[in-house]
Amino acid sequence: MKTRKYFPIFVLGLVLAGIQQLTQMTGTVYYLTQMTMTTYYALLIIGLCLVMGYAGQISLGHAGFFAIGGYTSAVLTTYDLTPLLNNGNSFISLLSASGLLVSRENLYGEALLSVNPWIACITAIIVTVVIAFLIGIPVLKLKGHYLAMATLGFGIIIFRVVLATEIFGEADGISDVPGFPLFPGIIVNGDFSNRVQNYYIACILLIIGFILLQNLIDSRVGRALRAIHGSEEAANAMGVNTSRYKLYTFVLSAVFAAIAGIFLTHYNGGIGPSEAGIMKSVRYVAIVAIGGMANLWGALIMAALLNFLSLRGMFGSYDDAVFGAILIIIMLFAPHGVLRLPLWHFFKKSSSNT
Amino acid sequence: MTSQLFIQYLFAGITYGSIYAIVAIGFNIIYNTTGIINFAQGEFVMLGGMIAISLHAMLPLPLAIGLAVIITMIIGALIEIIFIRWLKNPSVLRMIIITIGLSILIREGALHIWGEGVRSLPYFNGNEISTLRIMGTNISPQVLWVIGSCSVIVALLSLFFKFTSLGQEMRACAANRLAATLCGISTKNMVTFSFMLSAGIGALAGCVVSPITYTQYDGGTPLAIKGFTVAVLGGLGNSMAAVIAGLLLGIIEAFSVSVVPLAFQDAISIALLLTILFIRPHGLFGSKEAAGLKEF
Repeated sequence: MKTRKYFPIFVLGLVLAGIQQLTQMTGTVYYLTQMTMTTYYALLIIGLCLVMGYAGQISLGHAGFFAIGGYTSAVLTTYDLTPLLNNGNSFISLLSASGLLVSRENLYGEALLSVNPWIACITAIIVTVVIAFLIGIPVLKLKGHYLAMATLGFGIIIFRVVLATEIFGEADGISDVPGFPLFPGIIVNGDFSNRVQNYYIACILLIIGFILLQNLIDSRVGRALRAIHGSEEAANAMGVNTSRYKLYTFVLSAVFAAIAGIFLTHYNGGIGPSEAGIMKSVRYVAIVAIGGMANLWGALIMAALLNFLSLRGMFGSYDDAVFGAILIIIMLFAPHGVLRLPLWHFFKKSSSNT
Repeated sequence: MTSQLFIQYLFAGITYGSIYAIVAIGFNIIYNTTGIINFAQGEFVMLGGMIAISLHAMLPLPLAIGLAVIITMIIGALIEIIFIRWLKNPSVLRMIIITIGLSILIREGALHIWGEGVRSLPYFNGNEISTLRIMGTNISPQVLWVIGSCSVIVALLSLFFKFTSLGQEMRACAANRLAATLCGISTKNMVTFSFMLSAGIGALAGCVVSPITYTQYDGGTPLAIKGFTVAVLGGLGNSMAAVIAGLLLGIIEAFSVSVVPLAFQDAISIALLLTILFIRPHGLFGSKEAAGLKEF
């Protein structure tokens, strides 16, 4: 049983490694940059898949969580604390004494003192968890149109705040974000020499996330979630604490989004307000819908395919329009996802008969 | 705050508020006949303005506006016929995603047709600097055009729903679809008609407000969210309450400018929306029992 469950993940790992080898052989290593970004987006999307597909709650604000993670980490690792330290701020000097701050040189060779990326990362996750709880408790009581509008509203508030606040760089976003040294010698940044290494970091993170979600879905929690999706009243009557399960999944997926945001920000060396935009959230929802809602593999495959094509600029100036059109077409003709079209069933049937 | 400034803010609030009310009524008309929220509602307002601006290059203003309203109504009808009419018992989630997709397509279409630039219709009377003196302050005549047209739209709509047989059929469809079908009313045509009607009033609102707020390809989404806030504030499906709620939101927003920076103005109405959703999801004027029976 165990081997059957982990075999597809093993294959996934092989495929991901194979792709890297393929780019090496064909001399197209530059594709890895977009692939790494795609992988981080895929991490967010499988998290959203848990909320939308398994718990049945639409969220049009996940780009907001991505931005909260990315921006918190970016601000903490770039904001220069030297003036505060020199002013004798006791909190900052305490941080400095306990080794939580790192100093580095900026573009002009001046010394910069900022928070250690690990501390920034953990702080960003904590901030996301707190905000996800605060938003999730009231929002998840809503259903249907109201839930959609409330999460959309949350996303827009985050976008507006980012766009209008000076510390978040307003319309320019934050640039010059330093790399994130995970362990000695392993660093998340956009250096060309680290491209292969970073690709594998992203892949490992994605696979860990995937295994986590898959185990969650196969567990008692997953069965409870499916019961909620089927009928919330019935699940409640059977003794499932529906509101708590919904809230926990929402927070977990927000953390997935935040982690994707943190790593991608360090990888790109910056983050801009477009990452918090409504279109990003809609795009994530579109990809989950195309993958078939309650289908982690579908979400993963579609996330990889569509994000990669979009990042390579295949859709040109019609990028958003393509995702809008995909949303409509999928919802009109294949509301259960591309992978569950009658065509596939036909293949399955004919193969199982022979 | 001087009394002059107070009246200025008040008029600004009523102007924006009446536009929000029209968008909210557009939401309500479609919601009542179909039970779905059309997330592309704000795009009708943008389309109306854009088409009128393009037509105005060759036609006189009243003709351009009239034609723009008719074209937008046709677009609304086409959207319903192509994307919604033939679906059998679609789930709420499915309809939300389809209408969001539509709003993206319309917006991107507008971007490719009209570009990113800001456009506007000319002032109906006079120009940017002509003013009328009302209650001791100077008000642009266009403000009166907006308030006047919105009042006329609301009045005509309520007469339409009360006295014409088509309006009564639509109300019957809203009250009980099955019973309406059994009475020989074509509910499918009523749904198409509700899309045309809300597209039409949205387009007209988009035309009259264009000289003041300008028209841009992405102006629809904020309007849709504020219109939805107003619709929820008044109680979803209740068009007359939407007018009061619309004026309320417009005035709150106008006065908020004196307290918080302009950049956060949108955030205020959204925060209001979230608060209303959490505290009174059935709206200020709606009844809790009636809301409990509806499907959101």
